[in-house]
Amino acid sequence: MSVSINSGGGPIGLRFKPTGRRHSTNAPSPDLSHNIILYVEGITVSFDGFKALNDLNLYIETGELRCIIGPNGAGKTTMMDVITGKTRPDTGSAWFGQTIDLLGLTEPEIAQVGIGRKFQKPTVFAEHSVFENLELAMADSKRVWHVLFAKLNGEQRDRIDEVLQIIGLQDARSGRAGALSHGQKQWLEIGMLLMQDPLLLLVDEPVAGMTPQETERTAELLVSLAGKHSVVVVEHDMNFVRSIARTVTVLHEGHVLAEGSMDEVQNHPRVKEVYLGE
Amino acid sequence: METTTMKPPSILLAALRQDRGGQILLALLAAALVLVPLTNLVVPEGSALHLSTYSVTLFGKYLCYALLAIAVDLVWGYCGILSLGHTAFFALGGYAVGMYLMRQIGTRGVYGDPILPDFMVFLNWKTLPWFWQGMNHFPVALIMVVLVPGLLALIFGWLAFRSRVTGVYLSIITQALTFALLLAFFRNEMGFGGNNGLTDFKELLGFDLQAPGMRIALFVTTVLALAGAYLACRYIVASRFGRVLQAIRDAEGRTRFIGYKVESYKLWIWVFSAMLAGIAGALYVPQVGIINPSEFAPINSIEVVIWVAVGGRGTLYGAVAGAVLVNYAKTYFTAAAPEVWLYALGALFVLATLFLPRGVVGLMRRAAA
Repeated sequence: MSVSINSGGGPIGLRFKPTGRRHSTNAPSPDLSHNIILYVEGITVSFDGFKALNDLNLYIETGELRCIIGPNGAGKTTMMDVITGKTRPDTGSAWFGQTIDLLGLTEPEIAQVGIGRKFQKPTVFAEHSVFENLELAMADSKRVWHVLFAKLNGEQRDRIDEVLQIIGLQDARSGRAGALSHGQKQWLEIGMLLMQDPLLLLVDEPVAGMTPQETERTAELLVSLAGKHSVVVVEHDMNFVRSIARTVTVLHEGHVLAEGSMDEVQNHPRVKEVYLGE
Repeated sequence: METTTMKPPSILLAALRQDRGGQILLALLAAALVLVPLTNLVVPEGSALHLSTYSVTLFGKYLCYALLAIAVDLVWGYCGILSLGHTAFFALGGYAVGMYLMRQIGTRGVYGDPILPDFMVFLNWKTLPWFWQGMNHFPVALIMVVLVPGLLALIFGWLAFRSRVTGVYLSIITQALTFALLLAFFRNEMGFGGNNGLTDFKELLGFDLQAPGMRIALFVTTVLALAGAYLACRYIVASRFGRVLQAIRDAEGRTRFIGYKVESYKLWIWVFSAMLAGIAGALYVPQVGIINPSEFAPINSIEVVIWVAVGGRGTLYGAVAGAVLVNYAKTYFTAAAPEVWLYALGALFVLATLFLPRGVVGLMRRAAA
């Protein structure tokens, strides 16, 4: 069964209006006055002597769509792990805007300040319905007492319906998420990311296992999200990267090898050397 | 304490609407509430319809086990925390009520000491230990029934969940917890009657514990507590909180990354479950008339898990069905063929795991569909 994503024309992402309100989550908002949403500086992570990240420096502008490429083992996923609090670096710093030190926060706190992550392997809550998956991800207070007595209001229901529309899963809304196809699970994850309404989206290999049509729709969605959100995409599929990229960062052995437009990095001598062995 | 003013009936009704098994369970409990007192107190002895006081107490005991099973199902079936030490909380609740009942004996004890329970006189103690103070007041004992298990669960859970101890490692330390308490309560110096525990109870709130009316009152209280606990748990699992618990069970890491403080959720449900277990123990002790350290035995906690597995985990009413069925079988087998019982129990667990992953209620649901 193929996924039909929002067949009614128009740039799909634009239908989804981020509220920009983060106060409902009781979490601090990042200070974006310098127009940089993410600072990653001098990060080094080593596992048993192997440096997965080696003095990594990365700056993401507010509203930017950044693609990160690199061969296997270049440190792409480890970088996301550091930003989202899963892995603690040996040295370096990571700031969200001017004021929020990511290295001092736990995973849920980082999610609450506005960083959402889509995993490489889609992990949805298999026993919950598609609708409930979106409900759980929704930007709302996630404190125990609130959640114990929480009821969906009309606005929240509308948002879930809207996201169901965007990800093309209206007909599957009451079905078990575990029963979805791989591509549909990918879309559900993207939908959960949209429900979180994060300021910064970290998207790990979004089009793995998708059909060309699905890939195209994903590209369209990610492009439309940029501007209102900042988006960082890690991807192997070069055609996909070319179709969405404005700025590309090439990682190699845990640090940045090159940065620039797709053409610039493709003609970069070191990149050629690493990728093509020239 | 299960139904508080924060949960108006309409919310509970909404939580029950989708819950066929729960409706049946509550209907059965309501029937028991009418029929058991009627057949025990009104129908004369010798009539075929008469229910003996022995049976009333036996049913009451099963329902205490059912309440304990619900507590285990809440954390295991819904949040994936496999507790192999829940009878520790059960026994602590039981000891709290046992202490109250001991203080009610007064001068009717063997040594006739108005304050000190017999075992303390026997140990040559002159004064009541500090933790026995105030336990002669029923409300204090009731508070301790939930406070002591709750506090232990809070400390244990805070340490375990914060360190992200999960899965089989957590199960093992829950076993260690109950085993440590078993050893501690065996010691006379602990002040809980050592090996013999607390027994020879005379009266509760001034009424004779052995009187048929008292037996019925205890039974009715147990039924009401079970129904109340069921409704509270049902409300919890049907709420968004319950969906977060299940999300933690199925993908803990993912739940963190969408912004839930997994440790807090686990801690809340863990403490609540421990309190329910404490209440179950408190209802159990006056009915069986004794509490001793063997209640802490690790095997007991494992047995509770078997009840839940046999009944069907993650349904709540399945836990009740499992607890009643397995214990009924136990009563039957230990009388008819005592040497077979442990093998039967083991076989039951293996068979349920292999062929009935959703337990007895899963089988019935499949048959109905």
